[in-house]
Amino acid sequence: MIPGSFSYHRPASVTDAVKLLVDLGEDARPLAGGHSLVPMMKLRLATPTHLIDLHGIAALKGISRDGNLVIGAMTTQHELLASDEVAKSMPILHEAALLIADPQVRYRGTIGGNVANGDPGNDMPALMMALGASYRLEGASGARDVLAADFYQGAYFTALEPGEILTSVSVPVPAAGHGYAYEKLKRKVGDYATAAAAVVLTMAGGKVATCTIGLTNVHETPLLAADAAKAVIGTSLDAATLKKAAAAASAIMSPAADARGPVEYRKHVGGIMVTRALQRAASVAK
Amino acid sequence: MAKTHVTMKVNGAEVEGLVEPRTLLVHFIRENLQMTGTHIGCETTHCGACTVDIDGMSVKSCTMFAVQAQGSDIITVEGMANADGTLSALQEGFRMMHGLQCGFCTPGMIVRAHRLLKENPLPSEPEIRMGISGNICRCTGYQNIVKAIQYASAKINGVEFQEAAE
Ligand SMILES: Cc1cc2nc3c(=O)[nH]c(=O)nc-3n(C[C@H](O)[C@H](O)[C@H](O)COP(=O)(O)OP(=O)(O)OC[C@H]3O[C@@H](n4cnc5c(N)ncnc54)[C@H](O)[C@@H]3O)c2cc1C
Ligand code: FES
Ligand code: FES
Repeated sequence: MIPGSFSYHRPASVTDAVKLLVDLGEDARPLAGGHSLVPMMKLRLATPTHLIDLHGIAALKGISRDGNLVIGAMTTQHELLASDEVAKSMPILHEAALLIADPQVRYRGTIGGNVANGDPGNDMPALMMALGASYRLEGASGARDVLAADFYQGAYFTALEPGEILTSVSVPVPAAGHGYAYEKLKRKVGDYATAAAAVVLTMAGGKVATCTIGLTNVHETPLLAADAAKAVIGTSLDAATLKKAAAAASAIMSPAADARGPVEYRKHVGGIMVTRALQRAASVAK
Repeated sequence: MAKTHVTMKVNGAEVEGLVEPRTLLVHFIRENLQMTGTHIGCETTHCGACTVDIDGMSVKSCTMFAVQAQGSDIITVEGMANADGTLSALQEGFRMMHGLQCGFCTPGMIVRAHRLLKENPLPSEPEIRMGISGNICRCTGYQNIVKAIQYASAKINGVEFQEAAE
Protein backbone atom coordinates (compact mmCIF):
# COMPACT_ATOMS: atom_id res chain seq x y z
CA MET A 1 0.00 0.00 0.00
CA ILE A 2 1.98 2.93 -1.33
CA PRO A 3 0.39 6.34 -1.84
CA GLY A 4 0.23 7.95 -5.27
CA SER A 5 2.93 10.40 -6.28
CA PHE A 6 2.91 13.93 -4.94
CA SER A 7 5.26 16.86 -4.44
CA TYR A 8 6.22 17.68 -0.89
CA HIS A 9 6.33 21.23 0.46
CA ARG A 10 7.38 22.39 3.90
CA PRO A 11 6.59 26.08 4.34
CA ALA A 12 7.89 27.96 7.39
CA SER A 13 4.98 30.36 7.86
CA VAL A 14 1.19 30.43 7.59
CA THR A 15 1.50 33.06 4.84
CA ASP A 16 3.74 30.77 2.77
CA ALA A 17 1.44 27.79 3.37
CA VAL A 18 -1.61 29.77 2.25
CA LYS A 19 0.26 31.03 -0.81
CA LEU A 20 1.18 27.47 -1.76
CA LEU A 21 -2.41 26.30 -1.28
CA VAL A 22 -3.73 29.13 -3.44
CA ASP A 23 -1.08 28.77 -6.17
CA LEU A 24 -1.22 24.98 -6.40
CA GLY A 25 -5.01 24.85 -6.38
CA GLU A 26 -7.44 22.04 -5.74
CA ASP A 27 -5.00 19.13 -5.74
CA ALA A 28 -2.94 20.55 -2.87
CA ARG A 29 -3.72 19.45 0.69
CA PRO A 30 -2.35 20.49 4.08
CA LEU A 31 -0.63 17.65 5.93
CA ALA A 32 -0.86 17.79 9.73
CA GLY A 33 -0.26 14.61 11.78
CA GLY A 34 -1.12 12.56 8.72
CA HIS A 35 -2.99 9.98 10.77
CA SER A 36 -6.22 10.39 8.84
CA LEU A 37 -4.77 11.59 5.53
CA VAL A 38 -1.90 9.12 5.03
CA PRO A 39 -4.05 5.99 5.57
CA MET A 40 -6.53 7.46 3.05
CA MET A 41 -3.67 8.07 0.60
CA LYS A 42 -2.42 4.51 1.01
CA LEU A 43 -5.88 3.24 0.14
CA ARG A 44 -5.93 5.76 -2.76
CA LEU A 45 -9.12 7.24 -1.34
CA ALA A 46 -7.18 10.51 -1.35
CA THR A 47 -4.76 11.37 -4.15
CA PRO A 48 -3.43 14.87 -3.53
CA THR A 49 -0.67 15.88 -5.97
CA HIS A 50 0.87 18.36 -3.53
CA LEU A 51 1.23 17.95 0.23
CA ILE A 52 1.85 21.04 2.28
CA ASP A 53 3.39 19.82 5.53
CA LEU A 54 2.51 22.17 8.39
CA HIS A 55 5.19 20.79 10.74
CA GLY A 56 7.67 23.56 9.83
CA ILE A 57 5.37 26.34 11.07
CA ALA A 58 6.26 27.14 14.68
CA ALA A 59 3.33 29.60 15.03
CA LEU A 60 0.84 26.71 14.78
CA LYS A 61 2.14 25.05 17.95
CA GLY A 62 1.30 25.51 21.58
CA ILE A 63 -1.42 26.23 24.11
CA SER A 64 -2.01 29.70 25.57
CA ARG A 65 -4.58 31.38 27.76
CA ASP A 66 -6.05 34.78 26.86
CA GLY A 67 -9.33 34.38 28.70
CA ASN A 68 -10.14 31.56 26.29
CA LEU A 69 -7.83 28.60 25.91
CA VAL A 70 -6.21 29.04 22.49
CA ILE A 71 -4.73 25.86 21.03
CA GLY A 72 -2.50 25.98 17.96
CA ALA A 73 -3.68 23.71 15.16
CA MET A 74 -0.49 21.61 15.18
CA THR A 75 -0.72 20.82 18.90
CA THR A 76 -0.82 17.04 19.16
CA GLN A 77 -3.20 14.91 21.16
CA HIS A 78 -0.18 13.82 23.21
CA GLU A 79 0.62 17.46 24.01
CA LEU A 80 -2.99 18.07 25.08
CA LEU A 81 -2.64 15.15 27.50
CA ALA A 82 0.64 16.52 28.86
CA SER A 83 -0.76 20.03 29.43
CA ASP A 84 -1.41 21.07 33.04
CA GLU A 85 -3.49 24.00 31.79
CA VAL A 86 -5.83 21.61 29.92
CA ALA A 87 -6.04 19.21 32.87
CA LYS A 88 -6.89 22.09 35.22
CA SER A 89 -9.23 24.34 33.24
CA MET A 90 -10.71 21.91 30.71
CA PRO A 91 -10.50 18.37 32.07
CA ILE A 92 -13.07 17.10 29.54
CA LEU A 93 -10.53 17.81 26.78
CA HIS A 94 -7.97 15.66 28.58
CA GLU A 95 -10.55 12.91 29.09
CA ALA A 96 -11.58 12.89 25.41
CA ALA A 97 -8.00 13.06 24.06
CA LEU A 98 -7.17 9.96 26.08
CA LEU A 99 -9.98 8.08 24.31
CA ILE A 100 -8.58 8.83 20.85
CA ALA A 101 -6.82 5.91 19.17
CA ASP A 102 -3.60 4.73 20.87
CA PRO A 103 -0.35 6.29 22.12
CA GLN A 104 1.43 6.18 18.75
CA VAL A 105 -1.47 7.90 16.97
CA ARG A 106 -1.72 10.51 19.74
CA TYR A 107 1.96 11.47 19.38
CA ARG A 108 1.29 12.49 15.76
CA GLY A 109 -2.42 13.38 15.49
CA THR A 110 -3.17 17.09 15.91
CA ILE A 111 -6.18 18.99 17.20
CA GLY A 112 -6.30 21.00 13.96
CA GLY A 113 -6.34 17.86 11.84
CA ASN A 114 -8.92 16.24 14.08
CA VAL A 115 -11.39 19.13 13.86
CA ALA A 116 -10.66 20.09 10.21
CA ASN A 117 -10.93 16.57 8.85
CA GLY A 118 -14.74 16.51 8.81
CA ASP A 119 -14.88 12.78 9.62
CA PRO A 120 -18.02 12.17 11.72
CA GLY A 121 -15.98 9.60 13.68
CA ASN A 122 -13.52 12.16 15.04
CA ASP A 123 -14.01 12.85 18.74
CA MET A 124 -12.95 16.50 19.07
CA PRO A 125 -15.65 18.16 16.90
CA ALA A 126 -18.67 17.31 19.09
CA LEU A 127 -16.69 18.27 22.15
CA MET A 128 -15.76 21.61 20.59
CA MET A 129 -19.42 22.24 19.78
CA ALA A 130 -20.44 21.46 23.37
CA LEU A 131 -17.75 23.81 24.70
CA GLY A 132 -18.77 26.66 22.36
CA ALA A 133 -15.35 26.73 20.66
CA SER A 134 -14.49 28.64 17.48
CA TYR A 135 -11.91 27.95 14.79
CA ARG A 136 -9.61 30.56 13.24
CA LEU A 137 -9.35 30.11 9.48
CA GLU A 138 -6.66 32.00 7.60
CA GLY A 139 -6.63 32.52 3.85
CA ALA A 140 -5.28 34.91 1.24
CA SER A 141 -7.78 37.60 2.21
CA GLY A 142 -7.12 37.41 5.96
CA ALA A 143 -8.46 35.57 8.98
CA ARG A 144 -12.00 34.77 10.08
CA ASP A 145 -13.44 32.94 13.07
CA VAL A 146 -16.12 30.29 12.63
CA LEU A 147 -18.03 28.69 15.48
CA ALA A 148 -17.52 24.93 15.68
CA ALA A 149 -21.33 24.70 15.64
CA ASP A 150 -21.38 26.33 12.17
CA PHE A 151 -18.32 24.56 10.73
CA TYR A 152 -19.62 21.09 9.86
CA GLN A 153 -21.78 20.85 6.75
CA GLY A 154 -21.62 17.18 5.78
CA ALA A 155 -19.29 14.19 5.96
CA TYR A 156 -15.81 15.55 5.08
CA PHE A 157 -17.48 18.82 4.07
CA THR A 158 -16.71 21.88 6.20
CA ALA A 159 -16.72 25.68 6.12
CA LEU A 160 -13.01 25.69 5.10
CA GLU A 161 -12.75 27.50 1.75
CA PRO A 162 -10.13 26.51 -0.83
CA GLY A 163 -6.84 28.16 0.14
CA GLU A 164 -7.69 28.38 3.85
CA ILE A 165 -5.86 26.82 6.77
CA LEU A 166 -7.26 26.29 10.23
CA THR A 167 -4.65 27.91 12.47
CA SER A 168 -6.06 27.64 16.00
CA VAL A 169 -8.97 26.57 18.13
CA SER A 170 -10.29 28.99 20.74
CA VAL A 171 -12.26 27.47 23.61
CA PRO A 172 -14.10 29.46 26.29
CA VAL A 173 -13.03 28.12 29.68
CA PRO A 174 -16.09 26.64 31.41
CA ALA A 175 -17.15 28.05 34.79
CA ALA A 176 -15.18 26.92 37.85
CA GLY A 177 -16.83 23.86 39.40
CA HIS A 178 -18.54 22.83 36.17
CA GLY A 179 -19.42 19.19 35.60
CA TYR A 180 -18.23 17.37 32.53
CA ALA A 181 -18.06 13.92 30.96
CA TYR A 182 -17.20 12.38 27.60
CA GLU A 183 -18.82 8.95 27.33
CA LYS A 184 -17.65 6.93 24.35
CA LEU A 185 -18.78 3.43 23.42
CA LYS A 186 -16.21 1.67 21.26
CA ARG A 187 -15.57 -1.92 20.24
CA LYS A 188 -12.01 -1.97 21.56
CA VAL A 189 -9.30 0.33 22.86
CA GLY A 190 -8.25 2.64 20.04
CA ASP A 191 -11.45 2.42 18.05
CA TYR A 192 -13.63 5.21 16.76
CA ALA A 193 -16.92 5.70 18.63
CA THR A 194 -19.95 3.52 18.00
CA ALA A 195 -21.59 6.55 19.62
CA ALA A 196 -20.31 9.15 22.07
CA ALA A 197 -21.69 12.09 24.05
CA ALA A 198 -19.97 15.14 25.55
CA VAL A 199 -21.74 16.92 28.41
CA VAL A 200 -20.72 20.22 30.02
CA LEU A 201 -23.03 21.51 32.76
CA THR A 202 -23.29 23.63 35.89
CA MET A 203 -25.43 22.87 38.92
CA ALA A 204 -27.09 25.25 41.38
CA GLY A 205 -28.90 24.05 44.49
CA GLY A 206 -28.95 20.45 43.28
CA LYS A 207 -30.51 21.36 39.93
CA VAL A 208 -28.99 21.69 36.48
CA ALA A 209 -28.44 25.39 35.75
CA THR A 210 -26.77 25.24 32.31
CA CYS A 211 -26.06 22.32 30.02
CA THR A 212 -24.71 21.57 26.55
CA ILE A 213 -24.55 18.16 24.89
CA GLY A 214 -22.49 17.20 21.83
CA LEU A 215 -22.81 13.91 19.93
CA THR A 216 -20.09 12.01 18.01
CA ASN A 217 -20.55 9.57 15.12
CA VAL A 218 -24.33 9.33 15.13
CA HIS A 219 -24.86 11.51 12.05
CA GLU A 220 -22.83 12.64 9.04
CA THR A 221 -21.74 15.64 11.13
CA PRO A 222 -21.22 16.09 14.88
CA LEU A 223 -24.41 17.31 16.56
CA LEU A 224 -25.50 19.62 19.35
CA ALA A 225 -28.40 18.00 21.17
CA ALA A 226 -30.16 21.26 22.09
CA ASP A 227 -33.58 19.79 22.95
CA ALA A 228 -32.02 17.15 25.18
CA ALA A 229 -30.02 19.84 26.98
CA LYS A 230 -33.13 21.98 27.41
CA ALA A 231 -35.00 19.02 28.88
CA VAL A 232 -32.58 18.68 31.80
CA ILE A 233 -32.29 22.34 32.81
CA GLY A 234 -34.01 23.06 36.13
CA THR A 235 -34.21 19.36 37.00
CA SER A 236 -32.23 17.19 39.41
CA LEU A 237 -31.73 14.61 36.63
CA ASP A 238 -34.37 12.21 37.97
CA ALA A 239 -35.03 9.01 36.03
CA ALA A 240 -37.93 10.44 34.01
CA THR A 241 -35.86 13.45 32.93
CA LEU A 242 -32.91 11.29 31.90
CA LYS A 243 -35.25 9.16 29.79
CA LYS A 244 -36.69 12.25 28.15
CA ALA A 245 -33.23 13.64 27.41
CA ALA A 246 -32.00 10.36 25.90
CA ALA A 247 -35.10 10.19 23.70
CA ALA A 248 -34.68 13.81 22.56
CA ALA A 249 -31.03 13.12 21.67
CA SER A 250 -31.83 9.86 19.85
CA ALA A 251 -34.49 11.66 17.82
CA ILE A 252 -31.88 13.81 16.02
CA MET A 253 -29.44 10.93 15.36
CA SER A 254 -29.19 9.32 11.94
CA PRO A 255 -26.09 7.15 12.07
CA ALA A 256 -24.91 4.99 9.18
CA ALA A 257 -25.30 1.24 9.59
CA ASP A 258 -21.76 -0.16 9.52
CA ALA A 259 -19.48 -2.63 11.26
CA ARG A 260 -20.27 -0.84 14.53
CA GLY A 261 -23.92 -1.85 14.32
CA PRO A 262 -27.28 -1.23 12.69
CA VAL A 263 -29.00 2.16 12.88
CA GLU A 264 -31.42 1.31 15.70
CA TYR A 265 -28.62 -0.07 17.87
CA ARG A 266 -26.41 2.97 17.37
CA LYS A 267 -29.28 5.33 18.21
CA HIS A 268 -30.10 3.27 21.28
CA VAL A 269 -26.56 3.26 22.62
CA GLY A 270 -26.22 6.93 21.65
CA GLY A 271 -29.07 7.66 24.07
CA ILE A 272 -27.34 5.61 26.74
CA MET A 273 -24.11 7.60 26.27
CA VAL A 274 -26.13 10.79 26.82
CA THR A 275 -27.64 9.37 30.02
CA ARG A 276 -24.29 8.23 31.38
CA ALA A 277 -22.55 11.48 30.49
CA LEU A 278 -25.29 13.56 32.17
CA GLN A 279 -25.11 11.49 35.34
CA ARG A 280 -21.35 11.53 35.55
CA ALA A 281 -21.13 15.25 34.71
CA ALA A 282 -23.61 16.04 37.50
CA SER A 283 -21.66 13.89 39.95
CA VAL A 284 -18.39 15.80 39.36
CA ALA A 285 -20.01 19.28 39.39
CA LYS A 286 -19.28 21.34 42.50
CA MET B 1 8.89 11.99 -9.32
CA ALA B 2 12.20 13.65 -8.46
CA LYS B 3 13.99 12.10 -5.53
CA THR B 4 14.98 14.03 -2.44
CA HIS B 5 18.16 13.58 -0.45
CA VAL B 6 17.44 12.88 3.22
CA THR B 7 19.72 12.57 6.21
CA MET B 8 18.86 11.40 9.69
CA LYS B 9 20.38 9.66 12.65
CA VAL B 10 19.38 6.02 13.10
CA ASN B 11 20.57 4.17 16.20
CA GLY B 12 23.26 6.79 16.71
CA ALA B 13 24.71 6.67 13.19
CA GLU B 14 24.22 9.32 10.51
CA VAL B 15 22.50 7.80 7.48
CA GLU B 16 21.37 9.21 4.16
CA GLY B 17 19.45 8.18 1.09
CA LEU B 18 17.41 9.24 -1.91
CA VAL B 19 13.66 8.93 -1.56
CA GLU B 20 10.52 9.86 -3.41
CA PRO B 21 8.20 12.07 -1.36
CA ARG B 22 5.75 9.16 -1.19
CA THR B 23 8.32 6.75 0.26
CA LEU B 24 7.06 5.72 3.68
CA LEU B 25 9.56 5.85 6.51
CA VAL B 26 9.18 2.10 7.13
CA HIS B 27 10.19 1.36 3.53
CA PHE B 28 13.20 3.66 3.82
CA ILE B 29 14.32 1.87 6.97
CA ARG B 30 13.78 -1.64 5.62
CA GLU B 31 14.83 -1.19 2.00
CA ASN B 32 17.32 1.67 1.84
CA LEU B 33 18.91 1.03 5.23
CA GLN B 34 18.43 -2.76 5.11
CA MET B 35 17.28 -2.80 8.74
CA THR B 36 14.50 -5.33 8.64
CA GLY B 37 13.83 -5.51 12.37
CA THR B 38 11.07 -2.92 11.90
CA HIS B 39 8.16 -4.97 10.56
CA ILE B 40 5.20 -4.25 8.33
CA GLY B 41 2.04 -5.91 9.62
CA CYS B 42 -1.16 -4.17 8.62
CA GLU B 43 -0.02 -1.06 6.75
CA THR B 44 -3.20 0.63 8.04
CA THR B 45 -1.81 2.19 11.23
CA HIS B 46 -3.40 -0.40 13.50
CA CYS B 47 -0.89 -3.11 14.41
CA GLY B 48 2.15 -1.18 15.64
CA ALA B 49 4.66 -3.71 14.18
CA CYS B 50 6.35 -0.79 12.39
CA THR B 51 6.81 1.31 15.55
CA VAL B 52 10.06 3.25 15.80
CA ASP B 53 11.16 5.95 18.23
CA ILE B 54 11.54 9.39 16.66
CA ASP B 55 12.81 12.33 18.70
CA GLY B 56 11.37 10.83 21.87
CA MET B 57 8.04 9.69 20.43
CA SER B 58 6.72 6.25 19.46
CA VAL B 59 5.64 6.48 15.83
CA LYS B 60 4.08 4.00 13.41
CA SER B 61 6.59 4.35 10.60
CA CYS B 62 4.10 3.14 7.99
CA THR B 63 2.17 6.39 8.46
CA MET B 64 4.92 8.93 8.05
CA PHE B 65 6.95 9.83 4.97
CA ALA B 66 10.73 9.46 4.99
CA VAL B 67 11.07 13.11 3.87
CA GLN B 68 9.33 14.12 7.09
CA ALA B 69 12.05 12.43 9.14
CA GLN B 70 14.77 14.69 7.68
CA GLY B 71 17.15 15.63 10.49
CA SER B 72 15.51 13.51 13.15
CA ASP B 73 16.91 11.07 15.66
CA ILE B 74 15.47 7.57 15.26
CA ILE B 75 15.83 4.41 17.32
CA THR B 76 14.76 1.06 15.85
CA VAL B 77 14.81 -2.36 17.47
CA GLU B 78 18.37 -2.78 16.15
CA GLY B 79 19.35 -0.02 18.57
CA MET B 80 17.78 -1.58 21.64
CA ALA B 81 20.70 -3.66 22.96
CA ASN B 82 23.10 -2.26 25.57
CA ALA B 83 26.22 -0.48 24.29
CA ASP B 84 28.35 -3.57 25.06
CA GLY B 85 26.06 -5.76 22.94
CA THR B 86 24.31 -7.49 25.84
CA LEU B 87 20.52 -7.62 25.92
CA SER B 88 18.75 -4.62 27.42
CA ALA B 89 16.43 -5.12 30.36
CA LEU B 90 13.44 -5.14 28.01
CA GLN B 91 14.94 -7.66 25.61
CA GLU B 92 15.90 -9.83 28.56
CA GLY B 93 12.37 -9.49 29.92
CA PHE B 94 10.81 -10.71 26.67
CA ARG B 95 13.16 -13.69 26.71
CA MET B 96 12.78 -14.57 30.39
CA MET B 97 8.99 -14.16 30.49
CA HIS B 98 8.31 -15.83 27.13
CA GLY B 99 6.92 -12.56 25.82
CA LEU B 100 6.80 -13.84 22.26
CA GLN B 101 5.79 -16.80 20.19
CA CYS B 102 6.32 -16.07 16.48
CA GLY B 103 8.10 -12.82 17.28
CA PHE B 104 6.50 -10.78 14.52
CA CYS B 105 5.10 -8.10 16.81
CA THR B 106 8.11 -8.13 19.13
CA PRO B 107 10.25 -5.34 17.61
CA GLY B 108 7.31 -2.92 17.71
CA MET B 109 6.42 -4.02 21.25
CA ILE B 110 9.97 -3.51 22.51
CA VAL B 111 10.42 -0.12 20.87
CA ARG B 112 7.04 1.06 22.19
CA ALA B 113 7.75 -0.31 25.68
CA HIS B 114 11.11 1.50 25.62
CA ARG B 115 9.35 4.89 25.32
CA LEU B 116 6.64 3.88 27.80
CA LEU B 117 9.26 3.10 30.45
CA LYS B 118 11.12 6.35 29.70
CA GLU B 119 7.92 8.31 30.36
CA ASN B 120 6.68 6.16 33.21
CA PRO B 121 9.45 4.00 34.72
CA LEU B 122 7.17 2.10 37.12
CA PRO B 123 3.87 1.65 35.29
CA SER B 124 1.00 -0.29 36.83
CA GLU B 125 -0.39 -3.26 34.92
CA PRO B 126 -3.33 -1.22 33.52
CA GLU B 127 -0.86 1.51 32.49
CA ILE B 128 1.23 -1.06 30.65
CA ARG B 129 -1.85 -2.44 28.88
CA MET B 130 -2.96 1.07 27.86
CA GLY B 131 0.60 1.92 26.91
CA ILE B 132 0.87 -0.92 24.41
CA SER B 133 -2.71 -0.61 23.14
CA GLY B 134 -1.39 0.50 19.74
CA ASN B 135 0.46 -2.79 19.29
CA ILE B 136 -1.31 -5.96 18.24
CA CYS B 137 -0.01 -9.46 18.96
CA ARG B 138 -1.71 -12.36 17.21
CA CYS B 139 0.00 -15.05 19.30
CA THR B 140 0.52 -14.59 23.01
CA GLY B 141 -2.56 -12.92 24.39
CA TYR B 142 -0.49 -10.10 25.96
CA GLN B 143 -0.12 -11.64 29.45
CA ASN B 144 3.53 -12.54 28.97
CA ILE B 145 4.25 -9.31 27.11
CA VAL B 146 2.95 -7.40 30.14
CA LYS B 147 5.13 -9.55 32.41
CA ALA B 148 8.15 -8.90 30.20
CA ILE B 149 7.65 -5.15 30.58
CA GLN B 150 7.12 -5.51 34.33
CA TYR B 151 10.36 -7.49 34.51
CA ALA B 152 12.23 -4.75 32.66
CA SER B 153 10.68 -2.02 34.79
CA ALA B 154 11.73 -3.80 37.98
CA LYS B 155 15.26 -4.33 36.70
CA ILE B 156 15.68 -0.73 35.54
CA ASN B 157 14.43 0.61 38.88
CA GLY B 158 16.45 -1.88 40.94
CA VAL B 159 13.38 -3.35 42.63
CA GLU B 160 12.52 -7.01 42.94
CA PHE B 161 10.34 -8.46 40.19
CA GLN B 162 7.44 -10.47 41.51
CA GLU B 163 5.62 -12.54 38.98
CA ALA B 164 1.91 -11.89 39.41
CA ALA B 165 -0.14 -14.92 40.38
CA GLU B 166 -2.00 -16.43 37.42
C1 LIG C 1 -5.71 3.56 14.11
C2 LIG C 1 -6.32 4.91 14.24
C3 LIG C 1 -7.35 5.11 15.15
C4 LIG C 1 -7.93 6.37 15.29
N1 LIG C 1 -8.91 6.53 16.21
C5 LIG C 1 -9.45 7.77 16.39
C6 LIG C 1 -10.45 8.00 17.38
O1 LIG C 1 -10.83 7.10 18.13
N2 LIG C 1 -10.96 9.26 17.50
C7 LIG C 1 -10.53 10.30 16.72
O2 LIG C 1 -11.01 11.41 16.88
N3 LIG C 1 -9.58 10.10 15.79
C8 LIG C 1 -9.03 8.88 15.61
N4 LIG C 1 -8.06 8.70 14.67
C9 LIG C 1 -7.68 9.85 13.81
C10 LIG C 1 -6.57 10.67 14.42
O3 LIG C 1 -6.99 11.31 15.61
C11 LIG C 1 -6.08 11.70 13.41
O4 LIG C 1 -4.82 12.08 13.84
C12 LIG C 1 -6.96 12.92 13.22
O5 LIG C 1 -8.22 12.57 12.75
C13 LIG C 1 -6.42 13.87 12.13
O6 LIG C 1 -5.41 14.62 12.62
P1 LIG C 1 -4.04 14.70 11.86
O7 LIG C 1 -3.28 15.77 12.53
O8 LIG C 1 -3.43 13.36 11.81
O9 LIG C 1 -4.49 15.22 10.41
P2 LIG C 1 -4.15 14.78 8.94
O10 LIG C 1 -4.40 13.34 8.73
O11 LIG C 1 -2.82 15.31 8.56
O12 LIG C 1 -5.26 15.64 8.15
C14 LIG C 1 -6.63 15.27 8.12
C15 LIG C 1 -7.38 16.20 7.15
O13 LIG C 1 -7.47 17.52 7.66
C16 LIG C 1 -6.80 18.44 6.82
N5 LIG C 1 -6.08 19.34 7.71
C17 LIG C 1 -5.23 18.97 8.71
N6 LIG C 1 -4.81 20.04 9.40
C18 LIG C 1 -5.38 21.12 8.81
C19 LIG C 1 -5.34 22.52 9.07
N7 LIG C 1 -4.62 23.01 10.09
N8 LIG C 1 -6.05 23.34 8.28
C20 LIG C 1 -6.78 22.85 7.25
N9 LIG C 1 -6.88 21.53 6.97
C21 LIG C 1 -6.18 20.68 7.74
C22 LIG C 1 -5.89 17.62 5.92
O14 LIG C 1 -5.66 18.25 4.67
C23 LIG C 1 -6.69 16.34 5.79
O15 LIG C 1 -7.68 16.48 4.81
C24 LIG C 1 -7.47 7.46 14.50
C25 LIG C 1 -6.45 7.26 13.57
C26 LIG C 1 -5.87 6.01 13.43
C27 LIG C 1 -4.77 5.84 12.44
S1 FES D 1 2.34 -1.78 9.70
FE1 FES D 1 2.31 0.18 10.62
S2 FES D 1 0.79 -0.02 12.11
FE2 FES D 1 0.70 -1.96 11.12
S1 FES E 1 4.40 -13.09 19.07
FE1 FES E 1 3.40 -13.55 17.21
S2 FES E 1 2.37 -11.69 16.81
FE2 FES E 1 3.11 -11.37 18.77
